[in-house]
Amino acid sequence: MASNPQTDPTLEALVAQKYRHGFVTDIESDTVPPGLDEDVITFISRKKGEPQFMLDWRLRSYRHWLTMKEPHWAHLRIQPIDYQSISYYSAPKPKADAPKSLEEVDPKLLETYDKLGIPLHERARLAGVAVDAVFDSVSVATTFKERLHKAGVIFCSFSEAVQKYPELVEKYLGSVVPYTDNYFATLNSAVFTDGSFVFVPKGVRCPMELSTYFRINAAKTGQFERTLIVAEEGSHVSYLEGCTAPMRDENQLHAAVVELIALEGAQIKYSTVQNWYPGDENGVGGIYNFVTKRGECRGANSKISWTQVETGSAITWKYPSCILTGDNSVGEFYSVAVANNYQQADTGTKMIHIGKNTRSTIVSKGISAGHGQNAYRGLVKVLPSAINARNFTQCDSLLMGDKCGAHTFPYMEVRTPTASVEHEATTSKIGDDQLFYCLSRGISEEDAVNMIVNGFCKAVFKELPMEFAVEAQNLLAVSLEGSVG
Amino acid sequence: MLTIKNLHALAGEKQVLKGLDLEVGAGEVHAIMGPNGSGKSTLAQVLAGREGYSVTDGSVTYKGKDLLALPPEERAREGVFLAFQYPVEIPGVNNVYLLKAGLNAIRKHRGESEMDAFEFLTLVREKMNLMQMDESFLNRGVNEGFSGGEKKRNEILQMAVLEPALALLDETDSGLDIDALRVVANGVNSLRRQDRAIVMVTHYQRLLDYIEPDKVHVLSDGKIIKSGDKSLALELEKRGYDWVKQEAAA
Repeated sequence: MASNPQTDPTLEALVAQKYRHGFVTDIESDTVPPGLDEDVITFISRKKGEPQFMLDWRLRSYRHWLTMKEPHWAHLRIQPIDYQSISYYSAPKPKADAPKSLEEVDPKLLETYDKLGIPLHERARLAGVAVDAVFDSVSVATTFKERLHKAGVIFCSFSEAVQKYPELVEKYLGSVVPYTDNYFATLNSAVFTDGSFVFVPKGVRCPMELSTYFRINAAKTGQFERTLIVAEEGSHVSYLEGCTAPMRDENQLHAAVVELIALEGAQIKYSTVQNWYPGDENGVGGIYNFVTKRGECRGANSKISWTQVETGSAITWKYPSCILTGDNSVGEFYSVAVANNYQQADTGTKMIHIGKNTRSTIVSKGISAGHGQNAYRGLVKVLPSAINARNFTQCDSLLMGDKCGAHTFPYMEVRTPTASVEHEATTSKIGDDQLFYCLSRGISEEDAVNMIVNGFCKAVFKELPMEFAVEAQNLLAVSLEGSVG
Repeated sequence: MLTIKNLHALAGEKQVLKGLDLEVGAGEVHAIMGPNGSGKSTLAQVLAGREGYSVTDGSVTYKGKDLLALPPEERAREGVFLAFQYPVEIPGVNNVYLLKAGLNAIRKHRGESEMDAFEFLTLVREKMNLMQMDESFLNRGVNEGFSGGEKKRNEILQMAVLEPALALLDETDSGLDIDALRVVANGVNSLRRQDRAIVMVTHYQRLLDYIEPDKVHVLSDGKIIKSGDKSLALELEKRGYDWVKQEAAA
């Protein structure tokens, strides 16, 4: 996996030169050939017109990444990833490739959209139709921008933020997930191409739910996204991430980083519905979703709440975490993770209690079906300074069929006697009794399974914003279609 | 309405029903009694279409159709209802939501329009009154944390809402105190109709004091060995089952 470090310097130069040559011909088409070195990173940074501090940060990250080893501690089977075969910068696909209208889109994909109840004009966008002509959301997006601007909220692509608000980016970037954090986060720090930036000034309650969906220029942020959300003192923001329809993404590795910073009294709610391509029924293909998400309750009385519904990806490997630095701060994690067919999920959270009277709640619901493997991995760490810290963890697993697996790895490190930490865990099989009960009331098997699974996930779904909750339920139904019987 | 002929069935690997015959007409209430292990509950499960029970011989005709050929949800939509002996809990699934889904699936099957939430709630409230259930039932999970009596009441509530043509009550009286028994029995009695048949499987005569059957059958070792009217139940109460068995063997 790691490239051979014993390379002859002349050979290295030659290889680099070859890449450089590649740039010349490829600059016009805005794509670099596969491979990663400092030139590629410099190219990305230049291409995006970044200030020097960004380039320096990227290069520091890259150099550090070279010293790291790909981690293998998770409960996962991972095909080797060839980092030199990935193209790290690619502009949106030329229109010639993209379908020109909905008629040209794979009917199976449209059928799924239909089941999810996604409006027609949105389907076009999700299917990757060359939308300029078809899609008229520009006016919608503009209205959003104006309302946010009035409230003083900054919500833009990461690239735009680097251009327009470099001082904010420089101040907060990497302050929760340092570039040295872990293999994938470090790689992301070196090569990320875009993502979202949110800044909510002091005392402002963001007037609407923010969503990647409504952000302009976000048609395709690629496989290395970077999101940074800063909530100043006393502000509130709710952010929705994700795509509730299967994206046709041929890329294998998706290594994103999300950083949240909540200052005194601020509240950030971050909801994700992830449905990347999970691979086919035989486990061929699919996205490796290796994501680092972390928030810091930096100020007293602040709160960060993560809610995730993970139904897609061949492998999901992520632990949205909270560092509870401020006194009385609150961290929450609500998760539903599905592993069907040959999907694997190793997900959970870390709650790091540092401040006094900090509180955290973890509710994790894992659903395994087919040959799916689902692991909950969570750390609750209470430092000596975290007097009277409290944690409650509940993690439940639901098994469908007899070829899947559920695993629980709870870690607890409590270093003050004043803390209280509670952990509850259950594993259940979707009961024949429950199923038969529903059938005997006239309900179809498919509806019965949906009902039972949704009941199991209720505690998490109720944390999602209303419109997302409905989509999440539908999505779960689609993901588990045909997994019983 | 229901004709069972020479029914043989396995519960798992075990031969439980060994040539059972039964004829139930519309508007009739039948009680099937018998000692433990005689096959009472197996009969109820086989009629409802539970997996794990296999019919090895015989036939069941319901409203002129081969009932055994239908999957369980189709049987329910055709008007067969089983009130469970041990109703299962389904955490997080709202009691009323399940009931509405069932009712609408049945209505759809009959070619009727689906009920909207308002119509449905009006209907459920009315039936809840009948079963003396309080409002909190509306918001609880299916049988979640219900007492034994509440579960049985809930079964009859479901029956009242789904309005089956053939209701099978599997030991509906077990685990009920006398007050709860009265409520459940009143509920069932109010559902007696000319076009509806009710088959009660029970251990005890007690239930029959409240729900008066037209016919009483004694099930023993997988067969009906004696049938009679309600006086048979009283005799069983007095004399036990042995004399019937001896009579049948003679």
